[in-house]
Amino acid sequence: MPTTTTLGYDDLPTLLTLLTGDEKHDWSALSTLDVLWVLYDRVLRVDPRELDDPERDRFLLSKGHGPAAYYAVLAAKGFVDAESLADFGGYDSRLGYHPDRVLVPGVEISSGSLGHGLPIAVGMTLALEARDQEGARVVCLVGDAELDEGSNWEAVQLAGRLGLGRLTVVVVDNRSSTYHWPGGIASRFELEGWSAATVDGRDHDALELALTTTGEQPRVVVAEVAR
Amino acid sequence: MTTMRKRFYELATRALDDDPRTALVLAEIGASELPRHERVFNVGIREQLMIGVAAGLALEGLRPVAHSYTPFLVERPYEQIKLDLGHQDVGAILVSTGASYDGAQAGRTHQAPSDVALLSALPGWTIHVPGHPDELERVFAEALLTDDRVYIRMSEEANEAPVHADGLAVLRRGSASAPVVVAVGPTLDQALAATRDLDATVAYLATVRPFDAAGLRALVRGPDVVLVEPYLAGTSAAEVAAALADRPHRLLSLGVANAELRRYGSGREHRAAHGLDAAGIRRSLEGLRLPVAA
Repeated sequence: MPTTTTLGYDDLPTLLTLLTGDEKHDWSALSTLDVLWVLYDRVLRVDPRELDDPERDRFLLSKGHGPAAYYAVLAAKGFVDAESLADFGGYDSRLGYHPDRVLVPGVEISSGSLGHGLPIAVGMTLALEARDQEGARVVCLVGDAELDEGSNWEAVQLAGRLGLGRLTVVVVDNRSSTYHWPGGIASRFELEGWSAATVDGRDHDALELALTTTGEQPRVVVAEVAR
Repeated sequence: MTTMRKRFYELATRALDDDPRTALVLAEIGASELPRHERVFNVGIREQLMIGVAAGLALEGLRPVAHSYTPFLVERPYEQIKLDLGHQDVGAILVSTGASYDGAQAGRTHQAPSDVALLSALPGWTIHVPGHPDELERVFAEALLTDDRVYIRMSEEANEAPVHADGLAVLRRGSASAPVVVAVGPTLDQALAATRDLDATVAYLATVRPFDAAGLRALVRGPDVVLVEPYLAGTSAAEVAAALADRPHRLLSLGVANAELRRYGSGREHRAAHGLDAAGIRRSLEGLRLPVAA
């Protein structure tokens, strides 16, 4: 049963401790935590009571590994029962080490293998465009190392050329790509026709502003976080 | 006779107009044969994206049809087929052209005889191997009405006449002890010619997954089963073994050899090289030492 009252940012450490059993961890080190919180708290129009609303925003967590922050935010916002977090990864749990959309309410895609979310996001965007769906943005979160996968660039190129303005990509950049991105990540998207912003991935106001700015072009927000 | 490929483009064009759910996803191949339409998405030469986009469309309730040459549709984006479609629990229709050796002159890069084996290894796929453009029309129309994962394998090879059946269709019935020859898709005419004067039951199969195990059990009375498949030899051998697990039987699996044939030439020459023409099938059957009918 979903929780009836939603929780706040300050409750996330409690939820994360419930998930992992680890009471000493510095949860602020989780690279995706603040980005996910800002998305669910301030940006995305999603509602656990209306999971199939055609006007809802679609959020695709492409970087599916290390989903603790995702599950904690989903629990805080009432998509999953906070008590279910304790069995994270268990045989009877719906919450695995990579999320499964068939098992978890509000999870739009199953992920884990890198480089799959963004191409799917482009397909969703094209479908929403084809039926002139009101509202309904598509937001896809990837990691900087995930961009090593060439399949992402197939999607970046097409989305740019087609001008898919309702698509936003958040790159959580904690400099984990072995060979890095000389010249920066944002410029690669800009060359392909995207609008780009690079912000402090811990600054909630900056994230909100960058993530709510949309236009005719697809949007990339590079959220820099310390490794 | 029109080719399956030409018929497919006609059918797909009509489906776009008839059903607002239908969407075509292409990676250049086929783009010039299909109309400009708001639900025809040519992603350029980007096959991983082709399947990912098909999945995204399916997640939003459309009925995507992805089409390309066999190796670029099935082999190159295989993980996308496994995850973006299967693991997301959505469907699509994949329609390939080129079959095993239609691209004989093009060489190995344009041949994918293991396509059916690969898709058979993933859960939930219905696999059609039509032997005639009219069969293609029927299975494509049916597939559009579902949300299933459906693979349709088109070929330049075709039989003279269509056979419309959901499972095994008996075209010639031999004696009780006669071998049962299961001819898949476009191999039928060659199989019929090869067995013309033999005591053999010849059955046709165009939908190979799910495999018609009940039909095979009902048909097989003697010990011998012969599979004639226009793709990798033995692709359906495990299906036959499972269907007949409680009966002593002998299976001869004919099909495309696994070894790479480094030859160009024609599809007809490749068919002969793999022993899939009437003479080759006949030679293999003689190896079973079957009695010749009086």
